[in-house]
Amino acid sequence: MVTAAPVKTKYEAVIGLETHCQLSTATKIFCSCSTEFGSEPNHNVCPICMGMPGVLPVLNETVLEYAVKAGTALNCKISDYSKFDRKQYFYPDLPKNYQVSQFDLPIAEHGWLEIELIDEDGNPNRKRIGITRLHMEEDAGKLVHGGSDRLSGSTHSLADYNRAGVPLAEIVSEPDIRTGQEAAEYAQEMRRILRYLGVCDGNMQEGSMRCDVNISVRPVGQAEFGTKVEIKNMNSFNAIGRAIDYEIERQIEVIESGGTIAQETRLWEEGSQRTISMRLKEGSSDYRYFPEPDLTPIEVPPEKLAQWKSELPELPAQKRHRYEADFGLSAYDVRNLTDDRAIAEFFEATLAAGAPAKQSANWIMGDITGYLKSEKLEIGAIALTPEALTELILLIENNTISSKIAKDLLPELLTQGGSPKALVEAKGLTQISDTSALDSLIDELLLAHPTELEQYRGGKTKLQGFFVGQLMKKTGGRADPKLANQLLLKKLAG
Amino acid sequence: MASIRELHQQLVRKERTATEITQAALERIHQLEPKLRSFLAVTADQALAQAQRVDDQLASGEEIGLLAGIPIGIKDNLCTKGIRTTCGSHILENFVPPYESTVTHKLAEAGAVMVGKTNLDEFAMGSSTENSAYQVTANPWDITRVPGGSSGGSAAAVAADECVVALGSDTGGSIRQPASFCGIVGLKPTYGLVSRFGLVAYASSLDQIGPFGRTVEDAAILLGAIAGYDSKDSTSLKVPIPDYTQSLIPDLKGKRIGIITETFGEGLDSVVADAVYQAIEQFKALGAEVQEISCPRFRYGLPTYYVIAPSEASANLARYDGVKYGFRSEEADSLLSMYTQTRAKGFGAEVKRRIMIGTYALSAGYYDAYYLKAQKVRTLIKQDFEAAFQSVDVLVSPTAPTTAFKAGEKTADPLSMYLSDLMTIPVNLAGLPGLSLPCGFDAQGLPIGLQIIGNVLREDQVFQVAYAYEQATQWHLHQPEI
Ligand SMILES: [Zn+2]
Repeated sequence: MVTAAPVKTKYEAVIGLETHCQLSTATKIFCSCSTEFGSEPNHNVCPICMGMPGVLPVLNETVLEYAVKAGTALNCKISDYSKFDRKQYFYPDLPKNYQVSQFDLPIAEHGWLEIELIDEDGNPNRKRIGITRLHMEEDAGKLVHGGSDRLSGSTHSLADYNRAGVPLAEIVSEPDIRTGQEAAEYAQEMRRILRYLGVCDGNMQEGSMRCDVNISVRPVGQAEFGTKVEIKNMNSFNAIGRAIDYEIERQIEVIESGGTIAQETRLWEEGSQRTISMRLKEGSSDYRYFPEPDLTPIEVPPEKLAQWKSELPELPAQKRHRYEADFGLSAYDVRNLTDDRAIAEFFEATLAAGAPAKQSANWIMGDITGYLKSEKLEIGAIALTPEALTELILLIENNTISSKIAKDLLPELLTQGGSPKALVEAKGLTQISDTSALDSLIDELLLAHPTELEQYRGGKTKLQGFFVGQLMKKTGGRADPKLANQLLLKKLAG
Repeated sequence: MASIRELHQQLVRKERTATEITQAALERIHQLEPKLRSFLAVTADQALAQAQRVDDQLASGEEIGLLAGIPIGIKDNLCTKGIRTTCGSHILENFVPPYESTVTHKLAEAGAVMVGKTNLDEFAMGSSTENSAYQVTANPWDITRVPGGSSGGSAAAVAADECVVALGSDTGGSIRQPASFCGIVGLKPTYGLVSRFGLVAYASSLDQIGPFGRTVEDAAILLGAIAGYDSKDSTSLKVPIPDYTQSLIPDLKGKRIGIITETFGEGLDSVVADAVYQAIEQFKALGAEVQEISCPRFRYGLPTYYVIAPSEASANLARYDGVKYGFRSEEADSLLSMYTQTRAKGFGAEVKRRIMIGTYALSAGYYDAYYLKAQKVRTLIKQDFEAAFQSVDVLVSPTAPTTAFKAGEKTADPLSMYLSDLMTIPVNLAGLPGLSLPCGFDAQGLPIGLQIIGNVLREDQVFQVAYAYEQATQWHLHQPEI
């Protein structure tokens, strides 16, 4: 066993990701069947996606739109001339025994995506990961094996073609990634971008986003790559990072102990936190690709391309840069605010309504996010509007209510909605900031607690807290804390 | 032997009912089928029901279209909802499509009466209809001879008057060559003119559905009914469809006709050559300007076709695996053996041969030398035609090098069988319209076919030349005695 520290200085990993994203169109790529997840087996099928004799594919234009938008957002060049090809292999989940995919002329190529890793000091380190290509293809169906979880050893297998023909974008990165953390961040940023575009829901549990990793290690300084291993079956970003870290250690260990890396596909086992060999790759598979004669080549009209480009929203990276520059927020805060487009838009709506950025960010990332998490809700599902949150913040800012009162009001605003101002008035929660009113309240208080007053004046100044507490109790928390403290100190001093 | 227009007149004048016409066709099928074996299935019940609908329309005073009540045969590679569609293959022996092909749907809407599904070479691969897994169709002119193929059932049925018109499909000559062998008119339209939705694919970039008729007019009427853009077929063309009967003018003054020099070479029967030369004289007599035109790459058509068509076929036929529909070998004990046994037993020899050729041609290391090269040659062949159509309106050639050969004569020699499509294949590779019509008979009384090739979407010109020739000659009036 080689110790980890010296080994890590000697080797580096070379990592590329292949990401399959289900494009969130309502219907399949070549027929009008629904793409709904979780239907009864073979419910969302028709002769076309079942590969029956004599049927023909017709491209769903929304698939092209989504692929072009994704390609554009990933800084790719959109091809002037692209086409579909048939990728041929026999498997029962593939109704035609060929997959309609794109081989040598994908819809988008030569792009990049910027990842941002936040270091210990909270500073963002940015790195561009190249995108080799993005292409469109159809998904295969699903097999359920009887008596085994794999085909081999099963007594029978059932085929469900609901997924067959569901549109996918396959996005291939350049081997620019070096660590599990970078890979996980690449996948997360990919998910953010696709969700911002609204072209993929990025749900890894339901399989609408799947990442396969290609990884090899080599001594630092060596130009050529080591033997590449493919890892599949990670269903969270965390798992991607851990699988890669495990695999880097494993490969280094094999090399250090004089072994060779087998060119193979390995599966990440979440339970045991390790990768296991699934199959060896002997040579390269021959998929006998050739141009799909049933579909015409794709030439996106320039006006369509311009329209789709104009419809792109501000992307997460642009938002992050802008928030940091304009609002002086920390990299960490910015990340939290921009992770989800709806939250970022909620935040921006509060700014438009006049809320100060820092306070708005704190409310959104604090109590509101806490509530969303505990209730498993999206921000769109709460009754609180950005305008109402702004109103609440401004009530604190102009000393109408204390932030304590505001926090107490929040649950009702989140569930019932309405105007914070109206609520404050209806409940009589307006802050007492009138000097004479507070003075007389403090006088009453001091009269009621002569012992404590004497002790205070005798030097036990800690008792100030006691008097503040009593005052708040007396006013139901409505006393303006700053003013009350001032007046109290004066009176306590005599 | 009545034409569409004659039968239509009889229906409109109430001289005959659609039911009577249908019954007569069914009766003739019943009489002739033991000898001809043109039909894989006779759909008598559906036919009589459809005829009744037409009669009801007539009785209620509705206007009917030209095809209403006309008995028609449909090649059994066109999917018909609820009616078994076998493609002439064991592998689809129990396949009942839950959908209708666009062309048969259009015909049903037009009131045409489908009397049955016609025999074909398995998956339309062949030139004699002997590759059918079910039966060998006889040529009505000599029942010891083949009707041509792959649409031999449709051609024989029309020639023998079992139906008035029929649909076939043509990938390398599968409409024109049997039309030639059976002495009738057959047209392969411009690629994309007729929707392929519901046509069981053989070679997708070459397949086209087209009409058979005993006259040019019948073929023109039928084409008009099936042509047109279809949103279900991405390769179908968005073009207006003219009334093809308007181009049936018996006059060729000023028409420029080119004779393809390369089609009069080695392997062409002299009797066929003579008949075509006489036809050319007839064109001149009708006022056409005739010239010889060279298409130097024409002869590369056959080898090019036998790379491209099998390549596409190898993928198109991959879906017949026993998993979802059709035949499945029950003796298999693993997935791989289910695949191999199902396909070994389900497909015939010619289909397997072409799947293997195509699989080979697309394999890594061979793709560039075969498939890619073939695509380049295909472009060159297309360019030859484009150049030719700079100076002529239509091109003519023999349809096939010979007249109908004897059943069994070429089954052991696939290469000599392939040669019978020598003249027709380049037309598919270029996506052009091509028509065959009778232009004479050989010493045995077998019909000889003349091919007329038009420029892209110039079916109108093809029909005009064919019609003028037909009206000036008597060949189409000959009838087989059976
Ligand atoms: Zn479908």
